[in-house]
Amino acid sequence: MKEQNLEAHFQAKIDAEIKIEPKDWMPDEYRKTLIRQISQHAHSEIVGMLPEGNWITRAPSLRRKLILLAKVQDEAGHGLYLYSAAETLGADRGDLVLQMLNGKAKYSSIFNYPTLNWADIGAIGWLVDGAAITNQVMLTRTSYGPYARAMVRICKEESFHQRQGYEIMLAMSRGSEEQKQMAQDSLNRWWWPSLMMFGPHDGESSHSEQAFKWKIKRKSNDELRQQFVDATIPQAGLLGLTVPDPALRWNAERGHYDFSPINWDEFWNVVKGNGPCNRERIAARQKACDDGAWVREAALAYAEKKEQKQIGARQTAAA
Amino acid sequence: MDANTPLYSFLLQLGDNALILGHRLGEWCGHAPEMELDIALTNIALDLTGQARALYQRATELNAQGKTEDDLAYLRDVPEFRNVLLVEQPNGDFAHSIARQFYFDAFNYFFHEELTRSSDAWLSGFAVKSLKEITYHLRFSSEWVLRLGDGTATSHEKMQTALDDLWYWTGEMTTPSDLERQMAADAIGPSLQQIKSRVNDRVNDVVSMATLQLPTGTWMQSGGKVGRHTEHLGFILAEMQFLQRAYPGNEW
Ligand SMILES: [Fe+2]
Ligand SMILES: [Fe+2]
Repeated sequence: MKEQNLEAHFQAKIDAEIKIEPKDWMPDEYRKTLIRQISQHAHSEIVGMLPEGNWITRAPSLRRKLILLAKVQDEAGHGLYLYSAAETLGADRGDLVLQMLNGKAKYSSIFNYPTLNWADIGAIGWLVDGAAITNQVMLTRTSYGPYARAMVRICKEESFHQRQGYEIMLAMSRGSEEQKQMAQDSLNRWWWPSLMMFGPHDGESSHSEQAFKWKIKRKSNDELRQQFVDATIPQAGLLGLTVPDPALRWNAERGHYDFSPINWDEFWNVVKGNGPCNRERIAARQKACDDGAWVREAALAYAEKKEQKQIGARQTAAA
Repeated sequence: MDANTPLYSFLLQLGDNALILGHRLGEWCGHAPEMELDIALTNIALDLTGQARALYQRATELNAQGKTEDDLAYLRDVPEFRNVLLVEQPNGDFAHSIARQFYFDAFNYFFHEELTRSSDAWLSGFAVKSLKEITYHLRFSSEWVLRLGDGTATSHEKMQTALDDLWYWTGEMTTPSDLERQMAADAIGPSLQQIKSRVNDRVNDVVSMATLQLPTGTWMQSGGKVGRHTEHLGFILAEMQFLQRAYPGNEW
């Protein structure tokens, strides 16, 4: 088939809601966009382990420690599924990780903010995982099969993440005066970065139009952000906490909450590497990569030796 | 009931080993040599912390002083902990963490295998359940001793160094304390003399298969079982107990 026909056939499948699978023909740009998006998502899962992992050794009860360990472990699993999904498109996990370490590939900027008190573990589960779910539920219907299926698996675990986070916030907002303060302080710090997770306004997002046509995306950044705000404000009310936005109010006419403009200056600065923890996060991943190099080499060498031995044994048996 | 019945102390000792080693493994989370190892090490941390929790819960059932599992983990100070010194040793490089894990798993496996025959029904049930987890731990750590020992020249050297460095913390595990002698006499706990040779055989087998040398030093450190610890435990507790100590009585 000619390229043009292939492309028409490809678009027809997408229009008919048939998933694109790894062996199907796809435009180069579709492949590239997906590799970029999926790997960025994978990097976010892995870097996201750091701010939360930070509190594993300080978790305040055995129950909380077990939940947090399981949660951070899930994120590592998400990273793995997603790297695998990217590999079905011909990418190599090692290369992708390298791009993250050298700053060519991004990860979600939210993880460049610090976790300063235990309520931050609650706020991350509630808001950050909550925002992630809003986006990921949409992605369960994305046009690329392996990505959509990875999202289905991941979404199941994400709702547990959000629940455990909200439960921490609930315990703290009903706890001592100090705990309430921690909870409020963490909401103050995580609220705006969580809204920024949905990305720039639709008009300013460079890839959005094509992504819609290819049904990689089905809702705009602003739509998803609004959906998240609408779902979250009542939850904050139940906690008795104040969302740090004086302009926040229900707009009956729109049927949505209105909220203040986002500080895009801060957003772009954190994206460009000027967040409070950008350097630390990359340095931590770089260190894990460097310190682990000899371990990965050893595992490879051992596997090769073992294979050689097996070949040798088979030859002896045959002789 | 007196809080210090031998069974109560025994439960705490087992719980402390699991809690402290689980804590150390938790320090790896997000920093392991590969993502698969992050998952595996966290798995073991989860198993061990879960075991500690079950043991502390059982201990609180036996003593009516109104203590909770978290009081036991978060409100005791260094001398009250009864874990062996090996498990509180720092992670070091990956080879050191593997050596620590392997030495402990080899002991822990045969210990729990015997514990399944405990005259205490709760403990034998606990041992049956835990043995499944510990079997996996021992397989994991043995495989990594093999990979690192028989991998590259660098990994061989690092693994050998780690085995050497941690060796003198190992004797304590199979040397019975008064409490453990009594537990064995009551048929509640294993006889450590009995399992010692099985542990040593297993360690020997894996180490020689890995083309490594088992250290020959005979001088062993001890003290954990009577609450005399290394400097490391204080730092572990300072971190682990921070919130419970800074905000006493709060629910989290
Ligand atoms: Fe995730
Ligand atoms: Fe999550």
